[in-house]
Amino acid sequence: MPQPFPTRSLSDAELREGVVTVSHALRAEYAWDAGVAIGAYLDGLRAGRILGRSCRRCDRVLVPPRMFCEQCFRPTDGWVEVPSTGRVATFSVCYVTWDMQPLVLPELPAVIELGEGRAEAGVGPHPGILHRLGGVDPDDVSIGMRVRAVWKPAREREGSILDIRYWRPG
Amino acid sequence: MSVGQKVAVVGAGMTRFVRRSLETGKELAWEAALRALESAELTLDDIDAVCIGSAPDAFDGVHMKGEYLADGSGGWNKPVIRSYVGGGTGVFCAIQGWYHVASGMFDRVLVVAEEKMSSTMPHAQGAFITIFDNVTERPLGPNLLWIFALEMNRYMTTYGLDKADIARVAVKNKRNAAGHPAAQLGKADITVEDVLASEVLAWPVQRLDVSPVSDGAVAVVMAAEHEAKRICDRPVWVEGVGWHLDTAYWTNRDLAYPRYVEYAARMAYDMAGITEPRRQIDIVEPYDPFDYKELHHLEGLLLFDRGTAPEAARDGVLERDGDLPSCPSGGLLGVGNPIAAAGLMKVAELFWQLRGEAGARQVPGTPHRGLAQAWGDLMQVGTVIVMGR
Repeated sequence: MPQPFPTRSLSDAELREGVVTVSHALRAEYAWDAGVAIGAYLDGLRAGRILGRSCRRCDRVLVPPRMFCEQCFRPTDGWVEVPSTGRVATFSVCYVTWDMQPLVLPELPAVIELGEGRAEAGVGPHPGILHRLGGVDPDDVSIGMRVRAVWKPAREREGSILDIRYWRPG
Repeated sequence: MSVGQKVAVVGAGMTRFVRRSLETGKELAWEAALRALESAELTLDDIDAVCIGSAPDAFDGVHMKGEYLADGSGGWNKPVIRSYVGGGTGVFCAIQGWYHVASGMFDRVLVVAEEKMSSTMPHAQGAFITIFDNVTERPLGPNLLWIFALEMNRYMTTYGLDKADIARVAVKNKRNAAGHPAAQLGKADITVEDVLASEVLAWPVQRLDVSPVSDGAVAVVMAAEHEAKRICDRPVWVEGVGWHLDTAYWTNRDLAYPRYVEYAARMAYDMAGITEPRRQIDIVEPYDPFDYKELHHLEGLLLFDRGTAPEAARDGVLERDGDLPSCPSGGLLGVGNPIAAAGLMKVAELFWQLRGEAGARQVPGTPHRGLAQAWGDLMQVGTVIVMGR
């Protein structure tokens, strides 16, 4: 191979003491319309219910819901309430923030598979959502563990995924 | 499938991969492009069109990055296109270069992949976070490590894998990279114990399981058959390409297996006439932003049964002198991970390995056929290229 171009790597001293850089903070804020399916999903969360859309042709419930099924490319067929219980499909014990600062108390992100999968009529095979676990020692969490949603009190809910505080064993 | 002109890689060049370069993105692109042209004894006048690969504009805070990079990439006054499919971009831009030539529209194409991840402050993760669903996931405060940790745990638990076998991959790649003149993190004496003792970031992901944030660029020159044979006496032929995308509803999939990689591989194998990949592929450069990803991808590429690639890592099969050398370059874990550039580095590595020009990294016996693969976004993109001499 030809010698790589001798790209100039900045040293720690240069990074500390400064080479010529120009800083800029982007000023752009966004207001996202939640959309037809997710708008109704958020309304459901405010009411303390998890809603999915069923696709009869693919024999599954879609959570998060969408008005179309990406597999058969038809409109989905209707709203279905999904149990606020499920199983841990996978989890992590995260000790750092997004910008790699240490966390004193680790976070427990998880994919929760709602209901009992295929065993429960019409749900599945993978109706999973991203959320957090709580009320549990990290050492006691395992894949396959049964969990249930811990909701905010009704008056504090605002139509957000955060209306579920976390998922706890049970 | 009917494909037009036969296409070869006839030159390749790259910058060093570094934590933070003084050079701008344009300057990095120029450095790599110049090296690639020089290696094929061509000048920019010989180039008909330019294909650029680079990750989202958000990393640079510069809009229309393809256009921004075009001058440094040799695109002045030429047909230029920039592709982007997440981390899959580095291999995809070579696929795009391939179809520019295979279509018959162009005979000599320069493919340039550039990434400068150091500009995002305080951390490139500030831009990465925007891949999560803006309404249903971002309010949870996710960070990019989450999805890797979640996928890795699912993979390990499904197949009952031992973390030490997975750590072998980080050791192998950082050791392989010690022989790479462009490497950021080559380390000849690293051990499995070092990896297992490194800081836990998001269990099961530890510090040394992860590739670094890097700046760098890579370029290759692709040419039609009649040109390739005039340009050099050892062209490396593109035998097959494939790409595939799964749903962004990543929590609705079983993360234990990357089926989109399998579909991309099957597309490339069909084109290349490969019926028994385990016998017909001599070396492989799977995408390795995390050590477990290399193993996950080797399974998706059908080179190992599901859940058995870690055993192969433990038994030395994937070492440079093993039965199936994997990431002989040193990969993202060792050479570095300037996203699009890292993927195209794998294509350049095949070019050098298949021509016997990989120096200290050369796989014994000069391999005949190799495969490079990249992956990206929310566990959903697979891009594959098969090359042979």
